Amino acid sequence: MYIRATGNISPQRTFGHPAFLNEALEYKGNRLHCAEPDYRQVIDVKYIRRMSRIIKMGVAAALECLQEAVLVNPGAIITGTAYGCLEDTGIFIKKLVENNEEMLTPTAFIQSTHNTIGAQIALILSCNHYNNTFVHKGFSFETALLDAMLLLKENEAENVLIGAADEITDYSHDILSRFGLYKANLSSNLDLYNDHSKGTIAGEGASFFVLSNQSSQTDYAVLDAMTTFYKPQDTATIKEYIKEFLKANETTPEEIDLVIDGRSGDEKGDRVYKELSADIFFSNATQISYKHLCGEYPTATSFALWAAANILKHKSIPSVFLNQSDTGKHTRKILIYNHYLQVHHSLYLLSAC
Amino acid sequence: MNAPVYVAGVGVISAIGNNTAECLHALENGQAGIGEITYLNTIHRSAIPVAEVKLNNEELAAKAKLSTLLSRTALLSSVAATEALLNAAIPELSRWRTGFISANTAGGMDKSETFFPAFLSDRYKGKLRDIINHECGSVTELVADQLGIKNYITTISTACSSSANAIFFGARLIRHNMLDVVVAGGTDALAKFTLNGFNTLMILDHQYCKPFDENRKGLNLGEGAGYMVLISDRVAATLKANPYCRLSGYCNANDAYHQTASSPDGTGSMMAMQGALNKSGLLPSDIDYINLHGTGTQNNDQSEGTAIMNLFGPYYPKMSSTKSFTGHTLGACGGVEAVFSVLAIKHGIIYPTLRLDTPIKDFPFVAETIFQKNVAVNNVLTNSFGFGGNCTSLILSKK
Repeated sequence: MYIRATGNISPQRTFGHPAFLNEALEYKGNRLHCAEPDYRQVIDVKYIRRMSRIIKMGVAAALECLQEAVLVNPGAIITGTAYGCLEDTGIFIKKLVENNEEMLTPTAFIQSTHNTIGAQIALILSCNHYNNTFVHKGFSFETALLDAMLLLKENEAENVLIGAADEITDYSHDILSRFGLYKANLSSNLDLYNDHSKGTIAGEGASFFVLSNQSSQTDYAVLDAMTTFYKPQDTATIKEYIKEFLKANETTPEEIDLVIDGRSGDEKGDRVYKELSADIFFSNATQISYKHLCGEYPTATSFALWAAANILKHKSIPSVFLNQSDTGKHTRKILIYNHYLQVHHSLYLLSAC
Repeated sequence: MNAPVYVAGVGVISAIGNNTAECLHALENGQAGIGEITYLNTIHRSAIPVAEVKLNNEELAAKAKLSTLLSRTALLSSVAATEALLNAAIPELSRWRTGFISANTAGGMDKSETFFPAFLSDRYKGKLRDIINHECGSVTELVADQLGIKNYITTISTACSSSANAIFFGARLIRHNMLDVVVAGGTDALAKFTLNGFNTLMILDHQYCKPFDENRKGLNLGEGAGYMVLISDRVAATLKANPYCRLSGYCNANDAYHQTASSPDGTGSMMAMQGALNKSGLLPSDIDYINLHGTGTQNNDQSEGTAIMNLFGPYYPKMSSTKSFTGHTLGACGGVEAVFSVLAIKHGIIYPTLRLDTPIKDFPFVAETIFQKNVAVNNVLTNSFGFGGNCTSLILSKK
């Protein structure tokens, strides 16, 4: 499967295909915010007016991706979102409570539906093809991606637009903070991995891809495989899953040049990465983490996949990822291993074209 | 990639019954589950009829063997999914790779509504246990964990077509040999959020809904859950009883017309039905019964009916809307109605559309109004069309 094009809005400067992460934007505190573009560059003004932030982010990332692919009518549109359109959900529920179920207007309700992003993309493109939305926590992006990969295998589509979007709102940040998800005293996102305490930083983003079963000669990378596992018992089990995954894809650990792990700065959650790092995270491989750039959120792996695809395309690892300087080694095979709150685990294998 | 996928078990809970047998009894006896709001705490109580499951949360939790503190969406899901698995009676289930693909639109919204008044007054207030399962995916995981399913779990949310897409995705996971057994369908509980949302759209009938009637005035919201157990032929070979039928066709298309309205000619509906026929290798004339999406809104029934006219005319299969019994169960309706479609094949029955007095004048066909027995029902088409233009059709086949 070929990653033919990408479109990304994140807390870093990623929209519009600028130089690939040549500097890291720094955030104080525990909440990152997407570096949003001027949406008029890509979305018709008449649509923008009604769209909430996540819809704009999702639609803009998707349209940018299609532009790069020079594709006007993808064979399928598949979206993953864990939380859906939180801002509109919050607006409608606030009015519902404050007005005691009276004097309500439909706009926020209509746009609170989880499939709004995928539907808006279809509407703008007049795309009648397959359209699906997955909403399963830390598997939202992965199951959307699996659906895309299966459609390509079935020859139901030649090109699939697949992506994820999740937003932080004031409400969600307050609530998730009360669950203890975020660090209380972090000076900078760039210090995330040096802060050995509980919690992480809140992230958000929208990341879309065009996947194709044919090479376009200008693809970013080949997505060889992706798999997920739910609530594994212990590190030994995870190790087995990783070994099986590589074996099933006829790859030896020595062939992996780069491991992108999902470290979030949470002491407990990061333990497994450290244990694997000391064990099977491959002597030959450079190891990097990515959540200091995009923050932690259930569909953060869509940022990791975007980063991996770009590393393979640009044939270099930007210094924003590295503690040490670029080894200068040519990266040909990447393994991404991520877990979300130790429940939803995923593995991705990518190769250079 | 075209290996057969069988339906081995079904489970359903809706306003007309807490299990398959009760629902079937109500369908046969013309007993609608719509009525005055009893359990949902809303100012619309006496003004807007809905189709509630006839159990309060304590009774439902006891039946589901889950905590009363959990979302009603999860409780409904547990009851129907458990029934489906028991009904399938798969010997040595643990030896198979099993998945749970569930759909919903409301997630734990009923509990979030309890959380929000306090939270809005003070962001440090509101009990966290009421918001912890707000996400759609949480509802799925509560039930997956209870059922002990962990090989593959996901949640789909495409408005009113959600659970039809869940069934369809589950079947594909079997065809790709990723899973052997999939419990697939969906659930939704009534919530003030959805009731008020639909009310602002002015598509709720303040009387009992009249799908496919010239004088229809809108839909009645309902709640419930419906699941089927899909299996591969390897699993089918181990069953003591024959499977109910096959899931022979499916298609997902997008109307791409409007966020909340269907196109007048039913472009998306037509493509979904045609695509499902193509997938199953059947002709329109092979379909014996259509379980209509049939919400009772002006827009849906006009659009769906036009697509049927264009695809099936001049010879029409029998068709009806069981939403005239269950109300519109939103994210659950594809699951609930797929179960009814399976039962139509199994028992050779056709369901009536209740309260249909004046057929829609534009259409040369009339939906069924009488319960019929001893009908040869070999192929059933079931439609689920939703907001965002998401249209999905499934075909179930006896052979």
